[in-house]
Amino acid sequence: MNITVRVWRQKNADDKGKMVTYGVENVSEHMSFLEMLDVLNEQLTLSGDDPIAFDHDCREGICGACGVVINGQAHGPQTTTTCQLHMRSFEDGAVIDIEPWRAGAFPVVKDLVVDRSAFDRIIQAGGFISAPTGSAPEANNLPVPKEDADHAFESATCIGCGACVAACPNGSGMLFTAAKITHLGLLPQGQPERDSRVIGMIEQHDHEGFGGCTNIGECTASCPKGIPLDTISRLNRDLLGALAKGKA
Amino acid sequence: MTITEPYKNPSEQFHAVGEDIVDLKAPSGPIEKRWDDRKFNAKLVNPANRRKLSVLVVGTGLAGASAAATLGEAGYHVRSFCYQDSPRRAHSIAAQGGINAAKNYRNDGDSIYRLFYDTVKGGDFRARESNVYRLAQVSVNIIDQCVAQGVPFAREYGGLLDNRSFGGVQVSRTFYARGQTGQQLLIGAYQALERQIAAGTVEMNTRHEMLELIMVPDANGVERARGIIVRDMVTGEIETHTADAVVLASGGYGNVFFLSTNAMGCNTTATWRAHRKGAYFANPCYTQIHPTCIPVSGDYQSKLTLMSESLRNDGRIWVPAKLGDDRVASQIPEDERDYYLERIYPAFGNLVPRDIASRAAKYQCDAGKGVGPGGLGVYLDFADAIERLGRPAVEAKYGNLFDMYAQITGEDPYSEPMRIYPAVHYTMGGLWVDYDLQSNLTGLFVAGEANFSEHGANRLGASALMQGLADGYFVLPYTLANYLADGPYEKVADDHPAVLEAKAAVENRISTLLSINGTRTVDSYHKELGQIMWDYCGMERTEEGLTKAIGMIRDLKTDFWANVKVTGVNEELNQTLERAGRVADFFELGELMCIDALNRRESCGGHFRAESQTEDGEALRHDDEFAYVSAWEFGDKQPTLHKEPLEYEYVEMKSRSYK
Repeated sequence: MNITVRVWRQKNADDKGKMVTYGVENVSEHMSFLEMLDVLNEQLTLSGDDPIAFDHDCREGICGACGVVINGQAHGPQTTTTCQLHMRSFEDGAVIDIEPWRAGAFPVVKDLVVDRSAFDRIIQAGGFISAPTGSAPEANNLPVPKEDADHAFESATCIGCGACVAACPNGSGMLFTAAKITHLGLLPQGQPERDSRVIGMIEQHDHEGFGGCTNIGECTASCPKGIPLDTISRLNRDLLGALAKGKA
Repeated sequence: MTITEPYKNPSEQFHAVGEDIVDLKAPSGPIEKRWDDRKFNAKLVNPANRRKLSVLVVGTGLAGASAAATLGEAGYHVRSFCYQDSPRRAHSIAAQGGINAAKNYRNDGDSIYRLFYDTVKGGDFRARESNVYRLAQVSVNIIDQCVAQGVPFAREYGGLLDNRSFGGVQVSRTFYARGQTGQQLLIGAYQALERQIAAGTVEMNTRHEMLELIMVPDANGVERARGIIVRDMVTGEIETHTADAVVLASGGYGNVFFLSTNAMGCNTTATWRAHRKGAYFANPCYTQIHPTCIPVSGDYQSKLTLMSESLRNDGRIWVPAKLGDDRVASQIPEDERDYYLERIYPAFGNLVPRDIASRAAKYQCDAGKGVGPGGLGVYLDFADAIERLGRPAVEAKYGNLFDMYAQITGEDPYSEPMRIYPAVHYTMGGLWVDYDLQSNLTGLFVAGEANFSEHGANRLGASALMQGLADGYFVLPYTLANYLADGPYEKVADDHPAVLEAKAAVENRISTLLSINGTRTVDSYHKELGQIMWDYCGMERTEEGLTKAIGMIRDLKTDFWANVKVTGVNEELNQTLERAGRVADFFELGELMCIDALNRRESCGGHFRAESQTEDGEALRHDDEFAYVSAWEFGDKQPTLHKEPLEYEYVEMKSRSYK
């Protein structure tokens, strides 16, 4: 198949940036979306143009490095990561718009690459259990109900790709934050720091310039790991509880 | 009268042979007491002095993140580096199956000794007994540590931890978190690391790539690893970082094959640069090839995806019996199919070990019986299982894997059999280290897949995660402290000749790559190199093929430095430049892998030499001649081989049989 892509090109953080149109011929339906970009980049390189910069690494949907907005949707038409999207999802002759995540807290570094380090700083503000190496008790001394463990696991599958932020009209990072609050808050090991965790993480979230959550749900709809919206309810409950105890 | 020359290994046209190497830190005494003794005898550092001591940690996978977090927490001043935009993305995250630990929660006869025994045997008797025993010992602490961090392992209804069995051992000792164990363990280590970053004990440098090691002589003339040169991948700035010690935890080198299950960015540059500065590279030819991956679909293919080998529990592997049979699978009648594993290995059938299953698939495809694009695939058929167990049972067991297959190939594995083919998955070789995980360069420590490790010639399933975390959480914090106790060393000035030389080397290399402005892309070279490695240094190796490959790699490397096209400039985010530097190092590593494979005229674990097989076509070790670690010293003209003899006091050397 032959397609046309319109790609956001921006030399660096200070550049204004613009959409540029390229034709890509002989695209196989079995190519992944990123392999299609590889083919385009080979073309650009041979003609002496600067290839398109995009983040990617594992290409099996788990590292969370890749992620672009495709035709207005974070990660494109399927609820997968961009690397797991294949060209068979597009028609021959399609015109495809490719843009970086658009959010105040994720400044563009170059082309389709954005700076998501704000997520790391939210984790630094409390997204952990303080368990110094060597201090752990015997693992089976602390039974965890299977249901809680499974539920915690589901929230812990967040890959930190940032699609939730890109999809949110408010540019909110609440689903990411709530996934961690839920993962750790459901486990007995996570209880001692539960209040300080939610307060610290929310403060950092707001400080980074993410927008507020108005329960629209675009985040969940675009999440490649299906992190549910009720994690945000849990976050709100934890936050209220902590504030009521005067922990702020 | 004829004069007989002393026998020479044909590999010696490509390398010299030096003195044997010994592990000066190798412990002695009863094996179960060796690690305790080492810990007791290791020097300690007073907590107040730790903040005066600094460590650089390259890589943030399981080994690097756990080491940085633990050392930071202990009070050392740590600087950590990764090429990704966040430490959470290191490729440990992609490990699926699980992590072994000798907890014996199943009451099925597991023990530290049994895990030790299985690992030594699984490594085909090419790993050190003392190191493997220590790994088995600390395995139990790893599980405790991870649970305390909130890693959501699978649990039983009673709330206790669940286990499963894995890869050819007879006990259930694998802890897991659905098919995402690596992700959960890495997130645990990442969170511990981020906690230390917040506490100010670890300084994190993301999007930074190590391009050179800095060796500086101390007052007594002893050369010590004192720093690294890194490139800020956003601005292109070449930075110098110096410290009292350097830890490399930069992962494996499977991407020398271009196509592998590794992440796209995995590379050998950190370890190779250290090798060029004098660190020995051990057993580079030991590579693990996984039998159940999704086959290549076209020349645009960028990576291969692994599917859990648990599929072989219920799937039957076959190819059309008749050459040139191009009917779709379901149209081929039962008696015109060749279930070759069941035919050749009646006792183990489809469950033969990874290397045997991989090689058998290769033979079928070489014989022209392969299926799918390019004839590089065999069928993995669930029709019998669906008939026997019913579709819902198969869905419950393998649903996510079937979905993944359908997502990637666009085919429905419930109605037509899957196609699978082997792919490079893990590299057992790496920088040579002693019992303390210190390389032969003083002050340079190496952890995780980056070292030559405890897996010998073959790694067992669910052991990579165990080793990464063992090194980072429980081994380095003692052995590195022992080294640091003699510090702090005299501060290295930014204009020290060794620093300036390392920095200039990096800058020259970058400007050379940018100035060639040739006609071929970096990826086209990488793909060609990968094909050479796959054809001649892959599942089956021969003297003739390896010799040929060495010549081909040298020619290709020469062409690369004359004809590669790297666009853009250094002072920007330049992904082509990043890849060019990595591929340049892969050429040199690939050549060394072939030389190592040529030297090792035996078959063991992940290394199969066609000349060394039994009458039945099984791997044949030569313990009399090759029971040693090959530690290679870099040389401008040719490498030098140093042998570290391996001795087995506890586990008797035996050969495997799966018939």
